[in-house]
Formats: sequence, C-alpha cells, structure tokens
Amino acid sequence: MKLLTLNFLTCAIKTCKGSPASFPLHPRDSELEIIETDINLPFLKNILPRLTWDAVRTISTELGLPELPATAPTREDLVEPSSTSEDDAEEVPTQVAKDLHRLLLETCVKEGKLVCGCCEHEYQVKEGVANFLLPGHLV
Amino acid sequence: MSRPEDILPPDLFYNDSESRKYTTSSRIQRIQSDMTHRALDMLDLTSPSMILDVGCGSGLSGEILSASDEDGTPGGPHVWIGFDISASMLGVALEKEVEGDLFLADAGQGVPFRAGTFDAAISISAIQWLCNAETSEDSPAGRLSRFFNGLYASLRRGGRAVCQFYPKNDEQKQMVSSAAVKAGFGAGLLEDDPGTKNAKTYLVLTVGGGDTDGDITGVVRGMDGVDVQDSRRRGRDRHGKDVKGSKAWILRKKEQQESRGKVVKATSKYTGRKRRIQW
Ligand SMILES: C[S@@+](CC[C@H](N)C(=O)[O-])C[C@H]1O[C@@H](n2cnc3c(N)ncnc32)[C@H](O)[C@@H]1O
Ligand SMILES: [Zn+2]
Repeated sequence: MKLLTLNFLTCAIKTCKGSPASFPLHPRDSELEIIETDINLPFLKNILPRLTWDAVRTISTELGLPELPATAPTREDLVEPSSTSEDDAEEVPTQVAKDLHRLLLETCVKEGKLVCGCCEHEYQVKEGVANFLLPGHLV
Repeated sequence: MSRPEDILPPDLFYNDSESRKYTTSSRIQRIQSDMTHRALDMLDLTSPSMILDVGCGSGLSGEILSASDEDGTPGGPHVWIGFDISASMLGVALEKEVEGDLFLADAGQGVPFRAGTFDAAISISAIQWLCNAETSEDSPAGRLSRFFNGLYASLRRGGRAVCQFYPKNDEQKQMVSSAAVKAGFGAGLLEDDPGTKNAKTYLVLTVGGGDTDGDITGVVRGMDGVDVQDSRRRGRDRHGKDVKGSKAWILRKKEQQESRGKVVKATSKYTGRKRRIQW
C-alpha cells in the first residue's frame, strides 16, 4: 500500500466517523518496500492540494523516514521553472517532485498493521493488501 | 440463466477457481474492457486523476485506468485504489502485479476514505451484489445507503462516479438509483442495447459543486444518441501475444520495466503463481 493511500484512509468503524483521532491510521510493525513507477507530474500537481501535509509528516516520522519540511511544497515547487508550459507533457519535474513521488507513490507498506488512534482497531496488511472487513456489530 | 447473487455470497462465489476462470476468459476480458471504456467516456477525465474502483475484482478495469492517454485511456495514466470482498479475486490481481492499491473490504459497510479523496469512481458489474444481505441483522437498503453515503463523501465536489451493474429487474434498478439520490448524488441511468440479452445499465452519478459540470442532465444529455463506441478497435487483439496475467506476460512486462532502469520485484517461484492471502 502506497503512503499516498495512507493520506486518505480513515478508520471504517461507525463510532470513529468524524473523530479527528481516526485519521491518519498509524502503521505498526511494518515492513516497507519500494516499487518503482514512472513519475506522473500532472498527477502530483493534481493531488498535492488534497494532501494533509501534517499526516504525511506524522506517517514518515512513525516509519523512521527522513524528516520532512514543516510546510507542504506548492505546485510551483514541482515544476522546473524553465519548463513551465500549457502542455503538461512538456513540464520537467524538480527534485522536490521526484522526492514526493518516491515517498508517496513508490514507498509501500508491505506487511504490518494500521492502527486507529481513536478505537485502537488494528487493520492487518498482508502483501500490501489491507483487510477492512468489519464484524457486523462495528459497521 | 441463474444469477450468481442468488446462489452464494460474493466471497464464496468468487473463490480461487472461479476468480481464475473469470479473469482468464477472453470473452469476459473483452466485455469488462468495453464497459470500462464506456464508463471512462462518461467520467470525462482530461488529466491524471485519483480513482476509486468498487468491486475491482482481479483488476481488469484497473489495468485500463493505469494505461496512458496514448494507449487509449482518456486523461491517463490514473492512480487508483480498488477494493473487493473476495480475497481470491484480489489474489489474482496481486499475481498480475496491478499498479493500484488493493483492499479487502465490503462496499455494503461503507467507504473508509476521508472526504473529497477521489476525483472519480468506477464500478463494473459489482453493485447488484449490494441488493443481497447475507446476515439477518443487515438489509439491502442499509447496505446500499452505507455504500452511497460513503461514496458521496469520498468524492471531491464536482466529482463523478459511473457504476455499471446488472439489475435483476426494474424494482432493483429503482432501489439502487434512489439510494444514490438519497445520498445526495445527481443520478441518471443509461442503457446500452436495451431489451437485448446484452443490455447494460450504467448509473451515472455526479456530486454538485466544483469546476466540472455537476448537473446530471448535462452528462446524460451529452450521452444521448451517442452510439456505443467500439472499444474493441482501440484494444488489444491478443492473438499471438502472451495471455495477460500469465507468467510469460508478467516476465515480459518486468523485462520492459527493467530495461527502462526500474527496480522490479524479484522474480521468484511465486511469480505468476497462485496467490491467496490467508486472513
Ligand atoms: C463480476 S465481478 C467484476 C470485477 C471487476 N469489476 C471487473 O469488471 O472485472 C464482481 C465483483 O464484485 C465483487 N463484490 C461483490 N460484492 C461486493 C461487495 N459487497 N463489496 C466489494 N466487492 C464486492 C466480487 O467479489 C467480484 O469481484
Ligand atoms: Zn477507529
């Protein structure tokens, strides 16, 4: 599971809906892996304003990854200034974009669990797949 | 013909052998691919987007979402997250090393993503299953309402969803679309080849606000009278090629990526072999 996904996933349990502590879920005992993919600059530009930067930082710290700057990069930070263009395909990613791609789209939780900070429910992750099936009484 | 929903719960119906049979059937691959392209036409995406695939199965739609615009996916390559209730189906998706993230989850229990996560959602041949409840505490109405409420919240304002499904009858069609409307969606039903045994029903859903046309009448009006595009032409005549998902196919894909300097998963005795996560 990509770290990007962790920036959007919340606890599924009914009583946690709307509780601030149910996001982000906290990775525990996790094994990470890198799965490389082509950088997709237009996607990064699209998703950037939707990220909760504080959660990106929290998760990185919890996973023992290098510390991130306190404030999120902006769209302008992702594109080499000389290449800015109407046509997305012409634009060249900066090092900031490459680092963000590495962190959010290539760094994956392979094994472990995700724990809700509100109800402490643990969601298992195996082979990168998280199990979100709930027993009926928690739905 | 009997409907699978009337026989078994989905996670039991789509067991290891059925999931494999389903995914390797070239007839099913073609039909699911055509419907995915049809749904993408209605989503009208113009740039790489964040997409949810509900009941993603073995990733037949996902592989299309991950393809680039030049390869026939409008606005692609997209980033997608898929969930499905069948561990066997997800096992087949893992074997194919699809690019989207996978979850084992029941759409009838909700959609566990924060508000405004997705640009769009797609669901192909899955949500008719929500009209069945497997336990006495649960009901089809409850399952549909949790699903559509969760879906509505997880889409960004101005977002869209297209759900192709196989309603059992008109009553079921109405039950599904009215549950979507109750959750806040603008909803339209589109039918391809109505009245034939190839009839396909698409529930087209819009979330108001935002920059795209949230007015459902606009979307469906635009589609009216549009002939079904023959996505087969765009597609992949696989004659003489490795069967998608086969070991040979995976190895070829890996080689291509490696030659472009990518780190790929080490080929192991598991590559292209049966995988099923034991939960
Ligand atoms: C006909 S298959 C379609 C799979 C895929 N969308 C495709 O087009 O190839 C139907 C899928 O819906 C899934 N499904 C059924 N009920 C579900 C539920 N409540 N939540 C999530 N997935 C479900 C099944 O496990 C199965 O993989
Ligand atoms: Zn919780």
